[in-house]
Amino acid sequence: MLHLTVNGENRVVGDDVDPATPLLWVLRDHLGLVGAKYGCGVAQCGACTVHVDGKPVRSCQLPVGTIGSRVITTIEAIGNTPNGVKIQQAWMEAAVPQCGYCQAGQIMSATALLNRTPNPDDSDIDAAMAGNICRCGTYVRIRRAIKNAAAKSA
Amino acid sequence: MANAQFAQSDAYLSELISEVSTMPDAPLSMGRRTFFKLAGAGAAGLVLGFHVGDQAFAAAATQNGNLQTINAFIRIAPDNTITIYSKCPEIGQGIKTSFGVIIADELDADWNHVAMEQADINPKVYGSQGAGGSTSIPRAWNQLRQAGAGAKAMLIAAAAKTWNVNPAEITAKDSVLTHAASGKTATYGSLAAAAAKMPVPDPTSLTLKTRAEYRLIGKRYRGVDDAKLVTGQPLFGIDVQLPNMVHANFTKCPAVGGKVKSFNADEIKALPGVLDAFVVEGTGVPVEVMPGVAIIAKDTWSAFQAKNKLKVAWDESEASKDSTSQFSASAKKLAASFPAKPDDNVGDVDKAFAQAAQMVEAYYEYPFAAHATLEPMNTTAHWHDGVMELWVPTQQPDRGMTQVSKMLGLKDDKVVVHQTRVGGAFGRRGTNDYMLEAAAIAQKVKGPVKLTWTREDDFSHDFYRPSGYHQFKGAVDKDGRLDAWQEHFITFTANGKRPVAGGGHTDTLNVSTIAPNLRRASTMMPLMIPTGSWRAPGDNAQVFAVQSFTHELSAAAGRDHVQFLLDAVNRNVPELAPKSKSVNFSPARASAVIKLCAEKAGWGKTLPKGSGLGLAWCYSHAGHVAQAVELSVDANKRIKVHRIVVAIDVGPVIDMAGAEAQAQGASTDALSTAIGLQLNIENGRIRQQNYNDYPILRMPMAPMAIDVFFIQSDNPPTGLGEPAFPAMAPALGNAIFAATGDRVRSLPLRNLDYSLAV
Repeated sequence: MLHLTVNGENRVVGDDVDPATPLLWVLRDHLGLVGAKYGCGVAQCGACTVHVDGKPVRSCQLPVGTIGSRVITTIEAIGNTPNGVKIQQAWMEAAVPQCGYCQAGQIMSATALLNRTPNPDDSDIDAAMAGNICRCGTYVRIRRAIKNAAAKSA
Repeated sequence: MANAQFAQSDAYLSELISEVSTMPDAPLSMGRRTFFKLAGAGAAGLVLGFHVGDQAFAAAATQNGNLQTINAFIRIAPDNTITIYSKCPEIGQGIKTSFGVIIADELDADWNHVAMEQADINPKVYGSQGAGGSTSIPRAWNQLRQAGAGAKAMLIAAAAKTWNVNPAEITAKDSVLTHAASGKTATYGSLAAAAAKMPVPDPTSLTLKTRAEYRLIGKRYRGVDDAKLVTGQPLFGIDVQLPNMVHANFTKCPAVGGKVKSFNADEIKALPGVLDAFVVEGTGVPVEVMPGVAIIAKDTWSAFQAKNKLKVAWDESEASKDSTSQFSASAKKLAASFPAKPDDNVGDVDKAFAQAAQMVEAYYEYPFAAHATLEPMNTTAHWHDGVMELWVPTQQPDRGMTQVSKMLGLKDDKVVVHQTRVGGAFGRRGTNDYMLEAAAIAQKVKGPVKLTWTREDDFSHDFYRPSGYHQFKGAVDKDGRLDAWQEHFITFTANGKRPVAGGGHTDTLNVSTIAPNLRRASTMMPLMIPTGSWRAPGDNAQVFAVQSFTHELSAAAGRDHVQFLLDAVNRNVPELAPKSKSVNFSPARASAVIKLCAEKAGWGKTLPKGSGLGLAWCYSHAGHVAQAVELSVDANKRIKVHRIVVAIDVGPVIDMAGAEAQAQGASTDALSTAIGLQLNIENGRIRQQNYNDYPILRMPMAPMAIDVFFIQSDNPPTGLGEPAFPAMAPALGNAIFAATGDRVRSLPLRNLDYSLAV
């Protein structure tokens, strides 16, 4: 029996789940949290990004048995954090999403960026967002939304 | 020769595109109007729908609890909230927002109290419900406006009856009706019950708004699902969760056409989490179900893990042996001899060549490409009570419904399709193979089953953009005008008769660069790998070749390229005039976008050494688009894109924020594709298996500025998912030539050692 702290709640993962199962699939198939997305399975696309102890992590590569007491935050609850809600609002104001499939991962990476760098410059944004593919090509608006959110933080 | 059974996915789309041409701009005639009762509505009251001509304009009036369904697109609640149903799939093109804006504008609804919902898939009510070929807007434009105007007419009729006034004296705004003379007002919500009892109006009696009367069309909108997207709510096909649902993966032969001889069934069935494993024979048609092994497991990860342990003995006697390196070598040889029988032959090309002031010859090529939508192919299917119920992220739900019923031998009403949001499409999901696979698997599974492809499945079993090879010879006359164009296109065929999907000549040359003397021929190489529609099929690559070679000609003639293009698009060559009514090419619209793009890009300005400005244009999917790229190139062939300018005429813009997004996204996608994307095929197998092999553009390389300008002409609006893609690559290549003198004749640019500067 595994105990996970997900979005501030204690969640129990049954014994039928192999501890080697990546967090992504435990969230999606066992805990009903489908905001983190499967895109590549090899940490190339960033669609599965969640926060573990506040740091962005590709959940498709994190065996659920190795997490222990570390705190997991997903897109479903990132709006409960000050930077998370600012990023979400900035995303809507800039009408960032096209198909929208990558955007949960983009928002998790962007929120983590603001958490450690409140006023990111272009190179900070490049570095923080390089792991997240947007197949629709919304990068111009993602960059603008991050800057707008940062301006509100200041 | 490839199996003739290998039907291509494009035929259906071609029909859709040509259907647009049959749509009248004026309100529809009464010719074939028929009323019918909608099935299943009995308990809720009478629901009337009617078809007019070939276009289904659905109107209905029903009472369902307190909610008044005015017609199949509109439902009004007593609290004055209005629900509008979007009949087509949302694939990232913004249709769910745009369709709502179109209806709400004619309805004069208060947009702040409109909720958008995905409509049921029911082509009898809604007509075609597909999304593809940038046709959703032009196909639905009149239908949606009539739905809004019809509902408003019923509300006005109800108010006129209640107030005992002349309906012509009633005005509508923000979901409120007003009779100025008597000072009476009423909300739509308060009138909805009475309105639902009014006669359904004849659509030809409705007066639709003129552009000057639009209140909502043309403004900037947030996507109607954005709030759900940014909070991670379930919207996509892959997010579907049903009670007692199990998970499936399906493994097909890595070379298309291979059949299952046997597999390690006992070993697979014994793996943790695995519930079952079995062979699906399929229909043997790639656009339907090819043979493979289905693994059923309690969760996705168990299914994926078992797939890694799966050992299938394939019978590859009829499987593809295709090889891209062989294609390239063969095409180069074939290109050298121009076929005796050209596809078209206008004027006198040989005479023009003999009298030419300048002649240029060049060979262009571009590779196979995958769609690589970020949401992998998936479908949830539930076989119960003789009904196949499916939840699908598809571009063609109505077509899929028919395909499933045909494959399973079910009546149409025994297949229920729920359209989900789609995590990227780009033409890939015009083909419903994954939907049919899920249906075939679900018949052997108790309870609902979600089929999820791995990313590797997705790369291996796509319907690819085919490579292409063009041998050009062109001539400029003594006045510096384009005079002759000869083109030998080396492409592919699956059946030996016609080119594969995405591999036929498009209209782009006839209209983008009109030469009075034109001769084109094609040679087709056999291909077994299935191809399909890939964002702006044909144009996405042919415009690169044509617009780049056009720049070679203007440069050889020493002409200003913009002037050269304007001369070419305005050339009157009757034999080259588009014959299909669906081609709404206009020299005036073409000239306007070219001029606007040049002006906004600062055409003619002096740039520093190593910098260049390139411009190209295209007519694609009924849109007129010009694109310009300003860039610099360093000694290591690192390209810094400083600015991209896009000038577009697709008629009136519905949602300005969404339209700009499509142009920015298509430009970025085109840049990404031109710089880095290519598939290699060996022995029928796709070598690239994940994003690490297929470098889609990322944030550090993304352009800082993509400035989009619209010419909002009075023409009926057309779609924007595709038109802003094709001219980007030639604008980029032309800019590299301007900066360096190096001509880009093959894609992707990384094969030529170019890269994008961070």
